Amino acid sequence: MLAQQLFNALSLGGVYALFALGFTLVFGVLGVVNLSHGAVFMLGAYAALEAVTLLHLPLWAALAFAFVVSGVAGLLIDVLVLRPLRARNAPHLTPMIATIGIGIALNSLAQALFGAENRRFPRELLPQDTLHFAGLDATVLELGIILLSLLLMTVLLLTLGKTQLGRALRAIAESPKAALLLGINVEGLFMLTSFVAAGLGGVAGVLIGLYSNALYPLMGQPVLHKGIAVIILGGMGDIRGAMLAGLFLGFAEVLSVAYIGSTMRDAVAFGLLFTVLLVRPKGLFGRLQERKV
Amino acid sequence: MFNFSTRRITLTTLLIGAVGFSAAAQAAEIKIGVAEALSGGAAQYGNSIRNGFRLAVEQINASATLGADKITLVIEDEQGKKEEAINAFKKLIFQDKVLMLFGPTLSNSAQAADPIAQAAKIVVFGTSNTADGITTIGDYVFRNSVTEADVLPVTIATAVRQAKIKKVAVLYGNDDVFTKSGYDNFVKALDSQKVAVTTIETFAKGDVDFKAQLTKIKATNPDAIVLSALLAEGAPIMVQARQLGINVPFIGGNGMNSVKVFDLAKGASDDLWIGSPWSIENRAPANNSFIVDYTKAYKSAPDQFAAQAFDAMHIAATAIKSIKLSGDLAKDRSALRDALPAVKWNGATGAFSFRRANDKSGKPAGHDAQQVPIISVTRGVRYEIVK
Repeated sequence: MLAQQLFNALSLGGVYALFALGFTLVFGVLGVVNLSHGAVFMLGAYAALEAVTLLHLPLWAALAFAFVVSGVAGLLIDVLVLRPLRARNAPHLTPMIATIGIGIALNSLAQALFGAENRRFPRELLPQDTLHFAGLDATVLELGIILLSLLLMTVLLLTLGKTQLGRALRAIAESPKAALLLGINVEGLFMLTSFVAAGLGGVAGVLIGLYSNALYPLMGQPVLHKGIAVIILGGMGDIRGAMLAGLFLGFAEVLSVAYIGSTMRDAVAFGLLFTVLLVRPKGLFGRLQERKV
Repeated sequence: MFNFSTRRITLTTLLIGAVGFSAAAQAAEIKIGVAEALSGGAAQYGNSIRNGFRLAVEQINASATLGADKITLVIEDEQGKKEEAINAFKKLIFQDKVLMLFGPTLSNSAQAADPIAQAAKIVVFGTSNTADGITTIGDYVFRNSVTEADVLPVTIATAVRQAKIKKVAVLYGNDDVFTKSGYDNFVKALDSQKVAVTTIETFAKGDVDFKAQLTKIKATNPDAIVLSALLAEGAPIMVQARQLGINVPFIGGNGMNSVKVFDLAKGASDDLWIGSPWSIENRAPANNSFIVDYTKAYKSAPDQFAAQAFDAMHIAATAIKSIKLSGDLAKDRSALRDALPAVKWNGATGAFSFRRANDKSGKPAGHDAQQVPIISVTRGVRYEIVK
């Protein structure tokens, strides 16, 4: 039973990490807690659902479609909402509040377009067999979620750490103004980041929608709340942190169900999270930012 | 979106009212308020309920059951939220000045909003509230939804007898009045029928992963899983249980009684036992014609919630027919309360009458449903009736 629970924790942690990667990326580069990420996540799930039911696309194409649809939504949010706020030097809470508004608007739009009832992906989309190995019951999808979240994390880390693009992004994260003076196309990279981060959110929406078998317009909300906790725990804007904190929350939840009781799950999981933050206020990987005047 | 249609309905009502006034002064418009969850997580129930009401009203108005009088529905979306249910009730009672109220969809909302109706002395009639402690609110509170307290013991007894169940695991949503109340009633029934409980696990609304709880349940090796959940979580729970190789029956409450389970838990929906006052397999003439009419009107099969709403509207119309409307709203509202308890009705859900409920101190309060539940089990894409 312990082995199965550890595997459950790994796949639940993968789910949280998958959502948190894009979420934390936007924060790291744009410095905005983008609370419309939950809605973008939902949009990706519905985009893929329409792609497989109306256009009869295979899963990989539906995932790509979801990436593009959510990515474009993220891009539009940046261009139409966040950029004007940046241009006017809005206080940093303003973009966050604006993204809450966008999230609610997108949720309502989805309700009008797709209806409020639960929907699910066609069963034929994925192999439904449960694999048995080492005493574990695992689905193809669970393995896929774990692998994909690790893969995406690696790709993001390599891009940020080893490429010219990554260097530019890190420069922007340090100071957009200085980056601009160095000749970096700051607005362009903001757009690219918004696109990629939202696209990742959309892909997460598809996978989690496949996993839970429940698509509904408000499906992003519960995940968003956990996602906020995850990126704060990981250290705002840190990719490795988001991954590890996602796994941490997954393990904390599953093990508290297994050994303490499911009624206490959230109390234990979030109690642990709070304790970690008491010890490390900037999160697992956050660096204390000391700015000299 | 929704405000538009409400406004349109009211506008049409006004027009019909004006025309009607010049044509026949004695023909009255009877306004009935409907506050249901048309959006949000409970929308799949709320929309069925609204369809059931509309179908019944069309029939009642077309058949001149109420003479020249016509029922007009004023429909509000309470989004499955307590606060919105309270707002919708206030609007319907004080602004639209309806004769009586139907709704809200969830027991959770009913506990918050029904006291508003009780205080305003207007009948509130729930068609889908099955939790405890609703009709104890007061003597203006009615429901035709058979309570979980009445249904679940029968469901348990039938499943235990038919599927040879000795010990069960219990899984329920602990952050919702309805699923929590279902859990309380399940535990009471299990206790009195001496069925052993191996473990009790909980989940919360919006959870996507239930495997931690299910893995724990699997380790206790139960003969069945008793599940108090709404469909949004209940269907994924069934899927994930089967993925973990748990192939025992599920015994569910009212929230799991919807044909949507065959879609949402496709491939994993077999062997779900539920009790309900209504079944699509019940071929009694009244139910048969309801199913035919509903399917014709909405191009989809009705569910329990539509059936109960349909019956509730007919029950209300029977009561309205028995009183003489004076035009004095306060007087008419209380006359309706006095007339309702005597109504007997034989509709989609079978023979129906009201049963007085007592409040916590034992004093008579509102009215519950008196009906015999039908126990069914899912096989393929059907609820098969179990005798």
